[in-house]
Amino acid sequence: MSDLLAVVVDGIIYSSWLFIMAAGLTLIYGVMKILNIAHGSLYALGAYLSATLVGLWVAGGHAPYGSYAMLALSALLVGVVMGPLLERGLLRLMYGRDEVVLLLVTYAVFLILEDAIKLVWGVDSLYVAQPYDLPGNFTIGDLSYPVYNLVLIGTAVVAGLALAWALNRTHHGKMLLAVIHDSEVSRALGINVGRVYLVTFTIGTMLAAVGGAVTAPTLAVSAGMGVEVIVLSFAVVVIGGLGSLGGAALGALIVGLVRSAAVHYWPTVELFSVYSVMAMVLIARPKGLFTPPEARRI
Amino acid sequence: MSAILEARGLFKNFGAVSAAADINVAVSADSVTGLIGSNGAGKTTFLNMVTGYLKPGAGSIHFDGHEITHLTPRRITQLGISRSFQVPQLFDTLSVAANLQAAAGIVAAAAKRWARGAIAHGRAGAVADEMLQRFGLAAYRNQPAGTLPEGVRKLLDIAMSLAAKPRILLLDEPTSGVSADEKFGIMDTVAAAVRAQQVTVLFVEHDMDIVSRYAQRVLAFYDGRIIADGAPATVLKDGEVRKYVIGEDLHVKH
Amino acid sequence: MKDRTLIVLAAASVVMAASIPLTPQWLVFLITLALAKGLVVLGLVLLMRTGLVSFGQGLYYCLGAYAAALVEQSFHVNDAALMLAAAVVAAAAVAAVLGFLLAAYRGIFFAMLSMALSMILFGLLVKSAALGSTDGFNIATHSLAGAKIEGSAGRVLLGVTIVSFAAAAAGLHRYLNSHLGRLSAAIRDNELRVEYLGASVRNVVHLNYVIAAALGGLGGGLTALAVGHIDPDMAYWTTSGEFVFVAVLSGTGNVLAPFAGSALYEAIRTLANQYAPNVWQMTLGAAMLAIIMFAPDGLWSLFRRRARAS
Repeated sequence: MSDLLAVVVDGIIYSSWLFIMAAGLTLIYGVMKILNIAHGSLYALGAYLSATLVGLWVAGGHAPYGSYAMLALSALLVGVVMGPLLERGLLRLMYGRDEVVLLLVTYAVFLILEDAIKLVWGVDSLYVAQPYDLPGNFTIGDLSYPVYNLVLIGTAVVAGLALAWALNRTHHGKMLLAVIHDSEVSRALGINVGRVYLVTFTIGTMLAAVGGAVTAPTLAVSAGMGVEVIVLSFAVVVIGGLGSLGGAALGALIVGLVRSAAVHYWPTVELFSVYSVMAMVLIARPKGLFTPPEARRI
Repeated sequence: MSAILEARGLFKNFGAVSAAADINVAVSADSVTGLIGSNGAGKTTFLNMVTGYLKPGAGSIHFDGHEITHLTPRRITQLGISRSFQVPQLFDTLSVAANLQAAAGIVAAAAKRWARGAIAHGRAGAVADEMLQRFGLAAYRNQPAGTLPEGVRKLLDIAMSLAAKPRILLLDEPTSGVSADEKFGIMDTVAAAVRAQQVTVLFVEHDMDIVSRYAQRVLAFYDGRIIADGAPATVLKDGEVRKYVIGEDLHVKH
Repeated sequence: MKDRTLIVLAAASVVMAASIPLTPQWLVFLITLALAKGLVVLGLVLLMRTGLVSFGQGLYYCLGAYAAALVEQSFHVNDAALMLAAAVVAAAAVAAVLGFLLAAYRGIFFAMLSMALSMILFGLLVKSAALGSTDGFNIATHSLAGAKIEGSAGRVLLGVTIVSFAAAAAGLHRYLNSHLGRLSAAIRDNELRVEYLGASVRNVVHLNYVIAAALGGLGGGLTALAVGHIDPDMAYWTTSGEFVFVAVLSGTGNVLAPFAGSALYEAIRTLANQYAPNVWQMTLGAAMLAIIMFAPDGLWSLFRRRARAS
């Protein structure tokens, strides 16, 4: 019994992390039709910056729980700086070009950011375990988990709810949804699509950075940590359906639980299990689980 | 005369919208039929079902006696039904001549009419030249299709469908997007080219002047049904047609 | 303008082959690698001409390498010809199966799905202790189609690579100018129209996918023989990214370009690794952006533009 419980709890923890990563990616794709490979580097950037800020905070002798504020601050900074920088400074120049060309552009940005991170932070790993160790552990049954995992889950839930509320209940959110459906018509109706793009990309960047910030205390922040994230995030996004927030949540849950089960019962196929789920979903539903209906083309 | 194309009891629904409700049509060979109706009446749905893009909910479609209802668009084209598009579907990076050559070559290879290889290339070239002449496109032969004006794009689109040497040609709004003073010129060209080959033509149109001048028979659609069927003069004067399709105050030029 | 591609290809191959005895060892190695990777890029170019960008050619590159290596390890066959044949067959066979899934996708989906598939292979190899896990394992070649080649193995291999690339490039050139090649270009322009002219878009895409995979496998096999070592990194998506970069650099205009692009890339990479290892990726990224913005048809198009203007 505790085995199954372990699978479920581990699965939910991992799903939370996946959701934070997938949400930003799917939002950016849904609105701008850009699959942002640089999402991985922005995740890494969030991790590195939060490691630095937390390190400074703790070294400065400030209240330990304030380190959480540092995590949030680093995510905010990365989003607010990198979002507009990339969107206005580069992507704006490429709108209208083929989606694969834009993919290559984000790939180029990824390459540049990977080295930029190395230049700023060097190649050594950073460790900032304080936020992770601070709250101690809690027990479910006879399993013990760090309380920090609840922070992760909490962040995912809050982010998801906030996004869902913002998209469906606010005026700006509905404009975003309109652009997801049809950017040309939205523009014709007077929506400032350029501003929607900017806001979306900034939010997406912030989400990636949140993912990195929240992950930083749990492992060694090192060069190349963004590289594997991309493929995983993409798998989740594809399973859920590109552009669907609900899909990202469901996809994250499915992938998280499947991977958790694999790790517990059949570790050899861990990575394989994630991509197998993706392949199976795509065979059954070629565009993912939730996709907007397609209009007749001819 | 036996029907070259026959639709029996076609039904098609998109949710609550009835796009086809018990459509029964028999089209005779080498005839020219115009399909009219307001938007959403079911004309394009009918075309799409004949070409295999949509499958009817019920009913069947027969080409030259053979049932084609559930075949793929690819197979239906190979059998000899070709269509042109409302928005011209061209190979934008290729020249006009290359577009036509590609069309002739692809269809021939797909239908296995000619042997592949150098011989086929030459014959595709000959068909392309023929189309260039018939459609008055010779002046544009080396221009990339993506740079052509809209009227020429429409002509090229229709020429490509005809380069496939079909038995039935379906034209989806051949003069839409074309300026008023060019419409007749385009239809004259198409009519002449069609007459040179033996082709049965069905065309969807919104312009009643075009319909009355070029169609031998008119089918009026409304709400998924055919509400009138006959000679243009008769159909265009029909009370229901005036009410639902063309409006009361139409004065048709002949 | 007459098509001089095949003549140039033949001439260049002859010149290069004749120069082998005179070439220094490091250059032998560099050119072998450039040509081997150029083969993978040739496959990518075919896919791009069909309108598809694969971010997962590393899958076949790696499969080819491991197939060649396993032939040696399991069957104790050291013959280069057999090892390469195994590489090509393995890659083509897997592509024939995977093609059923992939041929249904386009654009971003195709790109990222192909990436995911190569990552599956990576994951499997990393977890496989029998295959050396992340370390991979070494291989050695002792003969070529029966004849012993120890000692000057590197140079013989360069000769084999030159012949392979020349044959592949010539074949691809003929293919691109054949009915199927023109059909592929038409598919890139307008799939709908192609389908409505009676041709099967799926079948052509599937076929091109298998051809590209076979070329990738051959390149992987040659790389394995040249380097003498294989590891799972060959399937990591960043390896595939490198191939995409070289393809963008070379452009899809001509089959000769991938070799030039690949050689340029290998040369710069070797230099960068020695003198500026921490800005290597940044340089790549910046270069890719520059190409996308100013020479979207690859560097080859700049060369052609100049030739026509003069």
